Amino acid sequence: MTITEIMAVPPPEPERPKASGPGDWVRRNLFHSVGDGVITVIAGLIAVYAIYRGLRYVFVTGRWEIVRVNLKLFMVGRYPNDEMWRISVALSAIALFIGTAAGFAVMRRRATGRTDPTAVLGPWWRHLLATAARLWPLILGVAILLSMVTSSGPWLTVLAVIAAGIVGRLLGPFLPGRSGGVLILVAIAGFVGLILFLRVPIDVTDWGGVMLNIFLAAAGISLCFPLGLLLALGRRSKLPLIRWLSVTYIELFRGVPLYVLLLLAYFVVPLFLPSSSANPSLVLRAIVAITFFTAAYVAEIVRGGLQSLPRGQTEAAQALGLSPVKTMVLIVLPQALRNVIPSLVGQFISLFKDTTLAAAAMGLLDLLRVSDAVVAQTGFAGQGLTGEALTFVMLLFWVGCITMSRESQRLERKLGVGTR
Amino acid sequence: MLAWAFQVAVVTVVVAVVWYLVGNYQENAAAKNLTTGFGFLDQPSGFPIPDSTFRQTQRVRDALFEGFLNTLRLAVTGILLATVLGTLIGIARLSTNFVLRNVARAYVEIVRNVPLLALVLLSLSIIQTVFPPPQDTWDLGPLTVSNVRGTSIFWYEGDNGKFLVVVVAAFIAIAAVARWRRAVADRTGHPARTALWALPIGAAVTVVAWIVVGLGATAPELDGRRVTGGITLTASYLAALLALVAYTSSHIAEIVRGSIQAVPKGQGEAADALALSGFQRMWNVILPQSMRIGLLPIGNQYLNLLKNSSLAAVITFPELTQVTKLAVATRAPAVPSFVLLLLIYLAMSLVISLIVNLVNRRLRIVER
Repeated sequence: MTITEIMAVPPPEPERPKASGPGDWVRRNLFHSVGDGVITVIAGLIAVYAIYRGLRYVFVTGRWEIVRVNLKLFMVGRYPNDEMWRISVALSAIALFIGTAAGFAVMRRRATGRTDPTAVLGPWWRHLLATAARLWPLILGVAILLSMVTSSGPWLTVLAVIAAGIVGRLLGPFLPGRSGGVLILVAIAGFVGLILFLRVPIDVTDWGGVMLNIFLAAAGISLCFPLGLLLALGRRSKLPLIRWLSVTYIELFRGVPLYVLLLLAYFVVPLFLPSSSANPSLVLRAIVAITFFTAAYVAEIVRGGLQSLPRGQTEAAQALGLSPVKTMVLIVLPQALRNVIPSLVGQFISLFKDTTLAAAAMGLLDLLRVSDAVVAQTGFAGQGLTGEALTFVMLLFWVGCITMSRESQRLERKLGVGTR
Repeated sequence: MLAWAFQVAVVTVVVAVVWYLVGNYQENAAAKNLTTGFGFLDQPSGFPIPDSTFRQTQRVRDALFEGFLNTLRLAVTGILLATVLGTLIGIARLSTNFVLRNVARAYVEIVRNVPLLALVLLSLSIIQTVFPPPQDTWDLGPLTVSNVRGTSIFWYEGDNGKFLVVVVAAFIAIAAVARWRRAVADRTGHPARTALWALPIGAAVTVVAWIVVGLGATAPELDGRRVTGGITLTASYLAALLALVAYTSSHIAEIVRGSIQAVPKGQGEAADALALSGFQRMWNVILPQSMRIGLLPIGNQYLNLLKNSSLAAVITFPELTQVTKLAVATRAPAVPSFVLLLLIYLAMSLVISLIVNLVNRRLRIVER
């Protein structure tokens, strides 16, 4: 080969046709190579089979009568029929509050000139459509529930909840600019108020169904977060005794199973209280065990957030002359917590799922135990309906967990975690 | 000064609360004539453990040890299977193949968002419907015999110590081959092909060691409706294992995905530039580096799996928690039993986190 031959510039390759269209998408994503094609076929067969079996189970082979008949038991346990309006009122109140808080947050965001990367532009129906697309698992769940009801009560409840949410969203922006703290107080007071309101007909210990799971989770989350925060601060404290106490607590509770702690609360707690005092209710014991357990995990998550914050933030706050408390509350915590939203919400999702353990250990009639109970009912016993009952239970939990996790991802995008 | 006063105050309150509770306990124990010591461990247990040789005349101590072994069986097998499955699914989540990616995503998004306890109950119910009743037992040759009561598999027979010797011998052989192949590859530049060499040699060493130490073997046999020989994995064990592996692997998959995405893009591009195959790129370049990122979170999942194995008690698999429940229901005192249970779990957790931390120290990039 001579030097001129090497130097010779090859003729330009003919321009490839621009890759686009469905054929090209299939080539790139499904049949990139021979191995890829094999994977596509195998995974496709698995997917088709799973979907086929799933659809057949839902529409043909599954015997859903057991769920339809016991729907109320699954949802609210043995709550009296005449008092069901209390639940509708409670749900509407919650929707009203969430709507108001959302409206208020949007208003504050606009007023302070922060941009929202997740904001939907366009007319009002676009917003509604985007909300529906965002919450599709929840809407699917509600639709399945409504498809099985026989009375008009649940329909009215759903309508009331939607209306309350919309009213709240429209009212929220008219709150005065500094009502954030008031909203938090209203949330705490409202939570306590709702419990008192709902326990008028039957006591909390007799609650059941998904209502009990939600109650346990709400109580656990709102208690374990402050405790975990304190423990995280304690573990980072300069005071040796406080640090030592926090470390011991965290490592102890992270090293043992929640189920065993719950058994402990069930079997052993009365022995540690004075014999004269009344035994604390099972629900209370469950909440305390769940709170103590999850607080240790929350503490570690928050500690991670605190550690991820550059020292300069604290130093800058000190340079501005802020007191240690103000430095913590105004500068450090907001940033640290923002960084750990995904892990925190993940922990809260775990807590929601763990409420089933509480019921199993304590013998409370929660959603999962209802499924156990209905399978043994006269008329359904011995027909092998465990699968149907469990599938329904798992669907409800799935809707709750996936909604929480999707909303946390959205919140993360909204707050711009990792982008600034 | 103020800081010290605050600390002393907090500690005083904590000590006072503990003091108060313990005082109550001693008072109650005295009033109700409860045992507070650990002497009950040497008493006859008074309950049999299903599907085992444990009889009710044996000591509580032995029952707990049996439960401890069952917990280990569940946790160790579960950790191994969940790691393999979780890693595969985590990689599949990032595949360029549309179908594979979404099948993996559906698996993760569904399994991760349902309660483990529901999965445990569901897998028990699945096993009870899928496997045949004893009269129609599946006889799959000398390796596996299976029906709704359980699945019996080929297993060793004889001294546990001898089996351990065999396992260690095989492990040493494989490690030595791997080391030798690496040295050859470094010296000559030929591909190491470690797996191709190590697996046959390891298998050969296992067989030879098996015969040399005089270890027996037992295969399951179908005798009418009864299954004899082999080792039986009961339906409750399989159900708990299935649920634990499914649940934990979905969590591990998300960690693996995150840690692969956290490996700098340039590493993958460099592997492509060296014309490595897809497998080489993943196995030699990406995975080792993502291991470093994902190890501690995956270690946390191992701890969770160990702790979650206590849920097998709900379907009466006789692991540690279930045995303790049985003991307390029979005649063992509740407080010492549960304290012991907590301590055992705590110790096991510490061992796992110690191992994870040691591995982490080895994997960590040593900076100046």
